[in-house]
Amino acid sequence: MRDKREVYKLSIATTQKKGFGAVLWDYLTTVDHKKIGNMYIAAGAFFFLIGGLEALIIRIQLIKPENDFISAGLYNEMITMHGTTMIFFAATPILIGFMNAIMPLQIGARDVAFPFLNSLGFWLFFFGGVLLNLSWIFGGGAPDAGWTSYAPLSLQSPGHGVDFYVMGLQLSGAGTLMGGINFIVTIVTMRAPGMTYMRMPLFTWTTFVTSILILFAFPALTVGLFLLMFDRMFGSAFFDVALGGNAIIWQHLFWIFGHPEVYILILPAFGIFSEIIPAFSKKRLFGYTSMVFATFLIAFLGFMVWAHHMFTVGLGPVANAIFAVATMAIAVPTGIKIFNWLATMWGGSITINSAMLWALAFIPSFTIGGMTGVMLGAASADYQYHDTYFVVAHFHYVIVGGVVFGIFAATHYWYPKMFGRILHEGLGKLSFWLFFIGFHLTFFIQHFLGLMGMPRRYWVFLENQGLDTGNLISTIGAFLMGLGTIVVLINVVYTAVKGKKVSGDPWDARTLEWAIPSPPPEYNFKQLPLVRGLDPLWIEKTEGKGKMTPAEPVVDIHMPNGSIYPFIMTIGFFIASIGFIFQVDNNLWLLAVYFGMALALGTMVVRSLKDDHGYHIHKEDLEREAD
Amino acid sequence: MSQDHSLNPETMPHDPSKATTEGKHKFLGLWFFLGGETVLFACFFGTFIALRNSTAGGPTSQELFGLELVFLMTVLLLTSSLTSVYAIYHMKNNDFKKMQLWFGITALLGIGFLACELYEFAHYITEYGFTFRSSAFGSAFYTLVGFHGGHVIFGLSWLIALMVRNAKRGLNLYNAPKYNTFSLYWHFIDVVWVFIFTVVYLMGAVS
Ligand code: HEM
Ligand SMILES: [Cu+2]
Repeated sequence: MRDKREVYKLSIATTQKKGFGAVLWDYLTTVDHKKIGNMYIAAGAFFFLIGGLEALIIRIQLIKPENDFISAGLYNEMITMHGTTMIFFAATPILIGFMNAIMPLQIGARDVAFPFLNSLGFWLFFFGGVLLNLSWIFGGGAPDAGWTSYAPLSLQSPGHGVDFYVMGLQLSGAGTLMGGINFIVTIVTMRAPGMTYMRMPLFTWTTFVTSILILFAFPALTVGLFLLMFDRMFGSAFFDVALGGNAIIWQHLFWIFGHPEVYILILPAFGIFSEIIPAFSKKRLFGYTSMVFATFLIAFLGFMVWAHHMFTVGLGPVANAIFAVATMAIAVPTGIKIFNWLATMWGGSITINSAMLWALAFIPSFTIGGMTGVMLGAASADYQYHDTYFVVAHFHYVIVGGVVFGIFAATHYWYPKMFGRILHEGLGKLSFWLFFIGFHLTFFIQHFLGLMGMPRRYWVFLENQGLDTGNLISTIGAFLMGLGTIVVLINVVYTAVKGKKVSGDPWDARTLEWAIPSPPPEYNFKQLPLVRGLDPLWIEKTEGKGKMTPAEPVVDIHMPNGSIYPFIMTIGFFIASIGFIFQVDNNLWLLAVYFGMALALGTMVVRSLKDDHGYHIHKEDLEREAD
Repeated sequence: MSQDHSLNPETMPHDPSKATTEGKHKFLGLWFFLGGETVLFACFFGTFIALRNSTAGGPTSQELFGLELVFLMTVLLLTSSLTSVYAIYHMKNNDFKKMQLWFGITALLGIGFLACELYEFAHYITEYGFTFRSSAFGSAFYTLVGFHGGHVIFGLSWLIALMVRNAKRGLNLYNAPKYNTFSLYWHFIDVVWVFIFTVVYLMGAVS
């Protein structure tokens, strides 16, 4: 038997021998959930940088009163693209990336249920993001109706910006839906022997519940986008009041999707913290059962409260009252979670490293966001807060203080598992402090700006209304956050080149993903592990064995073949989307629609006519590798 | 392990469509997909209900809808669901020929349904000038019913591709799940139509 290290070196050597073309082909065709996870995270990080740049431009414009750094029109494009990019193309995909990379390992699976669909989902997301950003160049202006694109504003927006928004989100939304279905089926059918539902790690649980939310929320967005597309491109009258249309329908559809979407973002982050806090407190998660229950409760309530974004629309006092109560009820299961995390640390032997720092900082930051949420949830008070900077402060406290902190925490925690090297601690702490301080500087003061009456989405504010200092501080904070992000990036690049190599279990952690080498082999588990309880690896450690008992002999492992079809199909849909956008100007563009659809559907037919049984990694080859 | 899943009456499992892991995944995956589709159609229905009286001076549902044709369409589609049940019954008995036959009938009925729908739309447009752009009601009507029709077209293409592809191969554990998921999808289309029949046509013709 060969030494572990040597096997890695060998496999690294073989990858290095490949030329650029071969590596590219490998990524274009891969159906390996771990590689797809990496691609999701890399692409999401790229969009995160673009969105961050847009945020800095917004903050520069607001650095002083009556500034004219950018024009009013460009400002609208900036806030729209910032919000859209961050929600749809940065936060969501990065989280889906971690789910792809980690969740199957946590349940002891060799793969996901639909590897082909997984790859298709990624490419749809990626090309959706590319399409959206092409609007800067080809759209005659980027979308400028806000990330919520309320009708009739979005109908009247000139140029093709909003059309790019519609098609880009439609593509990526379809991809996200596929990802959601894939995760649900994977978790239901592919858990290792002994991995009962109530032994699943919390990150797997939140992946599961998040996927259910995706499944029921995204179709509402799909419908809304179709209606907007038909109105803008084909002359229908859904939102056109002159022909009997009703613009409130857009708001309902958007928020039936949109409110669950914020829980699609926050639940995985809750899952991440529920892994990190026990691992670095050396205790099992306090109140595991109540954590699972609270997750479901939050998800359920998350569906019931969408109209709290529409308190001021005039739905009437009865509707407002019902949605207000339901909204505030979410604070209860969320509070349960906060207490459980605190109780997990209570009396534990705590290690404070970069990953844990993000988790610790999350708790108070997110709690502040939750408290302002309850304030906004009081319908009558919301008439005062609505569309002011108070709302901006609220949602950034939950989305940055919750989701982005979660993403950074996950990066530090799982990087060693995914790449076999450990991120530099010093750089990690530096980036944390820069970002953490910058974050509170930026957003805390915005609560007060909002209470003093500063509206959101306004291009300039006036002098001597008490808003000057606050805005200046806020901009300074934004730059600190930008700096922190750059340090994270430097850390990742530095580590990839020079970082310290680590074993399979550098944190002395508790869950199954740490029971295999880092980075994991393509088949994940040579033999499926036998799970004997919650935190299965920890159980084996405390009972002296230190590694998982196999639940099966070494047997041939069935693997799916890679495929270029998902990529080609996506290119087809991409071309068709461009055709849809421009056929308004010139009918000839319909040719692009037909060609793109034919390419996509044709590839689908070819795929279903050709059998693809996959291949096997043989027992003898497996036995030659050490475990 | 061999991937040759061809069957004979002795090796025939109780339910060939769920005998393999891939088969189980397909079955479950389709069910969840249909959950998402339910939300999709629910949103279209909600939009339609909100806009069904917004005719902006154009034709109303009472003027437009005649129930005879819609009734014929309903019979065609419901029967096609039934014939697909027969087909799956024969699949479970490993009778490939009969399965193909019944799925063939299913496809013909589906095509008949589509033909009626095309006739219906053409009728509204030529006789009444009632189009997608006439009013919010027109937009909502064509979108809801049209999306259902699009699902029928997709289902038919899927079925025909399956039947052609497997015409000479007989039943095996690789293609059985594909037929099974198709039939689930087809039933779903049928259920949606029942709601369209009720909410769009019955309620529209009466109220
Ligand atoms: C206790 C929990 C929460 C409550 C009670 C709550 C309540 C609210 C209310 C009432 C609004 C509408 C304010 C207005 O527009 O006038 C709002 C906006 C918002 N919330 Fe929350 N929220 C909570 C948690 C969250 C979480 C966890 C997230 C994200 C992860 C989030 C993200 C947002 C966003 C993005 C908006 C602004 C949407 C927009 O208009 O662009 N909220 N929240
Ligand atoms: Cu909300």
